Amino acid sequence: MSTPPSGPGSVTRTPGREPAGSPPSRLPRPRPSGSRPSRSQVTRDHAPITLTGLAGKVLLLGLTAGVAVWAAFPLIAAGMWAGLALLAASTAGLFYLYLTRRHIPAKYLVPGTLFLIAFQVFPVIYTASTAFTNFGDGHRGSKDDAIVAIQSSSVTQVPGSAEYALSIATKGDPATGPLVFLVTDPGTGAVSIGDTGGLRQLDAADVTVGTAGKVTAADGYTVLNFGQASARSKEITDLVVPTAGGALRSSGLSRAYEGKAVRAYEAGCDCVRDTETGRTWTADEEAGAFVASDGERLAQGWKVNVGLRNFTRVLTDENISGPFLGTLIWNFAFAIGSTGGTFLLGMLIALALHSPRMRGTNLYRVLLVLPYAMPSFAMLLAWRDMFNADFGLINSLFGLDVDWFGQAWTARFAVILVQLWLGYPYMFLVATGALQAIPRELTEATSVDGASPWQSFRAVTLPLLLVALSPLLISSFAFNFNNFNAIYLTTEGAPFPADNPTNGATDLLITYTYRLAFGGQGAQFGFAAAISLFIFAIVAVVSAVSFRRTRQQEEVWA
Amino acid sequence: MRIRTAGVVALFALALAASGCGGDSDEPAAKETPRAAGGKLVIWADDKRAVALKPFAEKFGQENGVTVEVQAVSKDLQTNFVTASQQGSGPDVVVGAHDWIGNLVQNGAIDPVQLSAEQKSGFNETAIKAVTFNGQLYGVPYAQENLALIRNTELAPEAPKTIEDLVANGKQLKAAKKVTETLCLQVGQNGDAYHIYPLYASAGGYLFGTGANGDYDPKDLGVGKPESIEAFKKIGALGEKGEGVLKRSIADTNSIATFTGKKCAYLVSGPWAVADVKKANITYDISAVPGFAGGKEAQPFVGVQAFYVAAKGKNKALAQEFVANYTTTPELAVALYQAEPRPPALTAALDQVKGSDPDLAKFQEAGKNGQVLPAIPAMAAIWDPFGKAEAAVIGGADPTSTITAAGKTISGQIK
Repeated sequence: MSTPPSGPGSVTRTPGREPAGSPPSRLPRPRPSGSRPSRSQVTRDHAPITLTGLAGKVLLLGLTAGVAVWAAFPLIAAGMWAGLALLAASTAGLFYLYLTRRHIPAKYLVPGTLFLIAFQVFPVIYTASTAFTNFGDGHRGSKDDAIVAIQSSSVTQVPGSAEYALSIATKGDPATGPLVFLVTDPGTGAVSIGDTGGLRQLDAADVTVGTAGKVTAADGYTVLNFGQASARSKEITDLVVPTAGGALRSSGLSRAYEGKAVRAYEAGCDCVRDTETGRTWTADEEAGAFVASDGERLAQGWKVNVGLRNFTRVLTDENISGPFLGTLIWNFAFAIGSTGGTFLLGMLIALALHSPRMRGTNLYRVLLVLPYAMPSFAMLLAWRDMFNADFGLINSLFGLDVDWFGQAWTARFAVILVQLWLGYPYMFLVATGALQAIPRELTEATSVDGASPWQSFRAVTLPLLLVALSPLLISSFAFNFNNFNAIYLTTEGAPFPADNPTNGATDLLITYTYRLAFGGQGAQFGFAAAISLFIFAIVAVVSAVSFRRTRQQEEVWA
Repeated sequence: MRIRTAGVVALFALALAASGCGGDSDEPAAKETPRAAGGKLVIWADDKRAVALKPFAEKFGQENGVTVEVQAVSKDLQTNFVTASQQGSGPDVVVGAHDWIGNLVQNGAIDPVQLSAEQKSGFNETAIKAVTFNGQLYGVPYAQENLALIRNTELAPEAPKTIEDLVANGKQLKAAKKVTETLCLQVGQNGDAYHIYPLYASAGGYLFGTGANGDYDPKDLGVGKPESIEAFKKIGALGEKGEGVLKRSIADTNSIATFTGKKCAYLVSGPWAVADVKKANITYDISAVPGFAGGKEAQPFVGVQAFYVAAKGKNKALAQEFVANYTTTPELAVALYQAEPRPPALTAALDQVKGSDPDLAKFQEAGKNGQVLPAIPAMAAIWDPFGKAEAAVIGGADPTSTITAAGKTISGQIK
């Protein structure tokens, strides 16, 4: 799940698409004469190798290799051989492609395709695969991780046992020799040496004990200082000295305690047993948790595949499916309202400024673009405060007493109003560009034919505008459909019905999903991914249908 | 052509060396430097605390011949920590609020800390209780905080004994046009469970019952029970359709500013508000949040900030050493207090700073009867539904049906 990017005019700006400031290419234009298609073909085959071209090629390929090497190390460390093979294959492919003189079109297409795969296809596949799991808080890691966590968090100090002062020592080289614990019992002052074999007392004559009770030197052993010891941190944490009551473990580098792991995993029954109470929790591979006979679960679970459960939950859980439909309808209304509203307003202003009788258009243009130039992030927060019922600018300015975000319809109206303010300058800009590309002769011709300005607008200007702007409107719609910031920074989905805190009147599917994923009972990434796929499907269908319709429209008008 | 190919290869090798291959030669080189030989401790904290920690962490590093790196994570520290430790790129030590513990434990992100009985006795009892989860100590507390009533003594010279007193006085001030709001207690559009809790508790409501061992029991949910309905009836009576004392228009963004702008005489907030109040040159005093007349005492939540040892840290022994034996020193607690004035959890440190900062003692006094903020994972299910129900009731919704529904939602989310 991702949140839409914020930034200046993020409301209607669609990442990755150029504003249609340039004239629409479908309008009749004289073809540039003298284009000889064969020429470029000839030059390419015999093109001389220039020094800059060569240097550029070498630098880029060097960078590619560098990135590949840099990316390979973590893959090797993690033992991800499939990923490494993929990396090697794609790097080799790139080298082959750019070191040969063939495959000219591929030279242009491959980089984009690779980025598309890396940043679009992979995330979608990853989201899709997450949607079939219970990935979320309490179910993040593997079963082994959960077992380790359960066991290590059940280690408790043996009641009444001594607190030992600890020194870490070795017989051999400080960096590699086998480690031992030198522990001093503060009560008796007795010094013992411990390793995996157990604990034995040392003769007081063989050791020097410092002021804090720590052993500072011992015959035949090298006492490690903190620096040396901490370099072997993992070995120290793992060193457990068995004792009668449990085991001696380190607590940091200067103290040791006698502890006992109360809970242990038993492979035979695939369960966790509590040695103090005798309770067992058996692994439930469907839930990804250890469950006791009375249904009690251990907190630390693991990630398992849950099949279609996340998807069916969206459709069958009435707490979700009921609001889902309502949210979907509002989501469409919001996207259509903000896109359509900004387009209408933007176009009207563009038309007004396009009129030859208009004076001071540049000043107007500068003023109109102002909202677009402000960071929408900050503007949304400012608008939120302006709609405050008691302290907000809007109520106090107009002498109103409206609880804007407290009632469903006023809240919906308010967020669309904010969208309108933030988004119309963009539509104004693109409409201005498109208008200037429509030859004035066309409208003049209609007036010669006796058409009213309205008729000429309906029959000539609007269709030509729509042809140019339809792709932008569709992408703007798709962006607004998932306009997370617009809702999250203003109402957070409020107002919520008194009896349903999960789904507010202004919630979009994306803010609703965000709440499911990161609010409530911790993170539920798997479930949120399933809803993301629903959103993805909806937006894809809407876009596909609209693009198809646009094409038909172009055939009619073009 | 032959020469050209050789040139390409040579140039390419050069570019390769310049761009990427430097990366892999770094690691063996790093191992040879003496500093890294002593191991490295990575600590994550939020911006303010990271600044305060840095000198102490460096001192610890110098004394012990290790490298200590304090990294400031300014946003979503908890989630970032869980994700990073899952991927094996997390820190060794993390600093955060105690109510994270439940979530961090269920994700296997932190390890218990073993403190000696003597070390434990140096701490405030509440603080130790806060970081204890399932009978284990999961962090070392260093500061604690709770809500209190901050009042403008020019407008309200006397500390109100009950909410009713507060409302009566606030109304008088309002009638005299000295203020525009009775009480600045942040509610916001979606409610705020933390700030309303003292009143909720005073009216008899509770969140979770406690089990035999004194731990919170997620199965005994108080929201939706008759006590909670009674409590919300009282809260609703103070709401927009009742006395107009509690309002959704007062939110986290404007409650302190409204108080410092002298639009209200009373503010319910924590130690973090004091800096702003001082800056606004308001003569103020701090007392406990009053409860309803004839009700129970108003109990604010007591939250604790603590150091945790990451379960998947690369240098756990050193992390344990730092957390268990170094952060328990009063000097560090005092330094962190100076970075952000919240009462230290170490009694010795609190005694040191109490003299120079009377507000601290007052906040502590106000939190004396406070309730430790539950750290159980089920608490995550409370915040959102509880807050929204609160906002709805304050906005005039029927308390009975609203709170019953919220209780249902919450129990449905608790596994």
